[in-house]
Amino acid sequence: MTTQEALFKYTLRLGDTNLILGQRLSEWTGHGPFLEEDLALTNIALDIIGTANSLLEYAASVENKERTADDLAFHRNDRQYYNLQITELPNGDYARTIVRQALIDCFDLYFYQELAKSKDETLSGIANKSIREVTYHLRHTSSWIERFGDGTEDSHNKAQTALNELWQYTGELFEMNEVDEVLIKEGVAVDLNIVKQKWEKHISELFQKSTLVIPENVFMQTGSRKCIHTEHLAFILAEMQALPRMYPDAKW
Amino acid sequence: METINFENVFEGKLAKNEMVEPKDWMPENYRKHLIRQISQHAHSEIVGMLPEGNWITRAPSLRSKIVLLAKVQDEGGHGLYLYTAAETLGISRDELLDNLHTGKAKYSSIFNYPTLTWADIGAVGWLVDGAAIMNQVMLQRASYGPYARAMVRICKEESFHQRQGFEVMTRLAFGTTEQKEMAQDALNRWWYPTMMMFGPPDAESPNSENAMKWRIKRETNDQLRQKFVNQTVPQVEYLGLTVPDAQLKWNEEKKGYDFSEPNWAEFKQIISGNGPCNKERLAARNKAHHDGEWVRAAAMAHAKKKNEVYEAA
Ligand SMILES: [Fe+2]
Ligand SMILES: [Fe+2]
Repeated sequence: MTTQEALFKYTLRLGDTNLILGQRLSEWTGHGPFLEEDLALTNIALDIIGTANSLLEYAASVENKERTADDLAFHRNDRQYYNLQITELPNGDYARTIVRQALIDCFDLYFYQELAKSKDETLSGIANKSIREVTYHLRHTSSWIERFGDGTEDSHNKAQTALNELWQYTGELFEMNEVDEVLIKEGVAVDLNIVKQKWEKHISELFQKSTLVIPENVFMQTGSRKCIHTEHLAFILAEMQALPRMYPDAKW
Repeated sequence: METINFENVFEGKLAKNEMVEPKDWMPENYRKHLIRQISQHAHSEIVGMLPEGNWITRAPSLRSKIVLLAKVQDEGGHGLYLYTAAETLGISRDELLDNLHTGKAKYSSIFNYPTLTWADIGAVGWLVDGAAIMNQVMLQRASYGPYARAMVRICKEESFHQRQGFEVMTRLAFGTTEQKEMAQDALNRWWYPTMMMFGPPDAESPNSENAMKWRIKRETNDQLRQKFVNQTVPQVEYLGLTVPDAQLKWNEEKKGYDFSEPNWAEFKQIISGNGPCNKERLAARNKAHHDGEWVRAAAMAHAKKKNEVYEAA
């Protein structure tokens, strides 16, 4: 694998993960549990889709085959998408949306802190911008984890159920393959083992503080590094890509 | 009698174009009128998030997705400013929302029409936000301070929305044949509903007289409608589209267009709950509020516990 190929796939992985997560979060817009929270979650979705846009633009320029960010977003199939499976899962109730978001925000914080040191200036630039955003996202989602854990019996149970169901998708966050190997050698990619240590510590403290219990001995789901997904992704893409696919000659 | 002095002060403020502030004395019918108008406006912003939100997950490019998501968020923000302004008049958010959810309070009928194609997103921004601006510009100088100040922020963002909507229409109108057809179809469906946004003809419009005196209205429904048509027709021509009104004709004498009235019988039906989406919109708001109940309860329970810990310490 050439460095260019690896960089393309790496950037796609990051871009796809942000795009699909943003797509899911945006389903809440107009339907949030109360107005202020609706606005806050939409803000998070906006940041994340903005990051996806930057990453996919970069992926397109790395690939250098006259594809645009929109081509990458709207004209690839589910078997060509690299997003983490956890991002494509249905939103579920608000506890599930927030638990997923906190798990990812926390990952993103430490991930972008490392990526900011990348020798690739575009990636480190995107990382630096994202650190600021993600710090705010994590503060927001963490405060909800605490409220859910300690609020009512109902909210506690909902958050615990979400954590139990989502935990099996967290293994993927730290999977590395040839793409990572090639780019770590070049000082471009992040060693996810470093992120994992910090993430585990932070997440276990957060959930402990919130009186929620991280499930043990969970068999981790896997596949996204090979573009293998849950049944949900194809539906997301069918919806998201409908117009550009229906009118391939149109510009919007 | 003391209230007469208060009333003089109030009338004096109106006469001098000064702002009435929450702590000032105000006549009860003024307060009621404002609560009704501001909360209707707030509800319209919130319900308005639904037809446009309908296309967020299907926006055809990354940029248009971001623009639409930000727009819908802005509308929510408008709702928030307005609920906050209404609350200064001594009514709670819960009560206001309750009135929306039970159907007791009204919101702009325009949002009871469906957004069927992507071009509708362009048409709504261009026409509906455009009409809203025309209705709202004068409210920036409304007599009630919190309302006027909210409207200054809102109008700024609405102009932005209108430009973005027109941009969507431009891309479609100058795009492929299918895109142009999509744009024309959206114009056909949104033209008359937008005209209805200015309210019934002056001859049949209640509430106007006081509203004029209180500077919460400055031009009549018919004047605003005329202004809107005059402003919009050249934009339609620029796009190479056709206004769906065979009677539309420039009238040199009045320096404005003659045009057909919208179907006011349809308007009345929609106001009374029989529009294509009335039930869905209300159901969606109710569902969100209902589904969010445990979230709000958790936040409240947590805040209460925190306070207790804080007080104990
Ligand atoms: Fe608005
Ligand atoms: Fe708007």
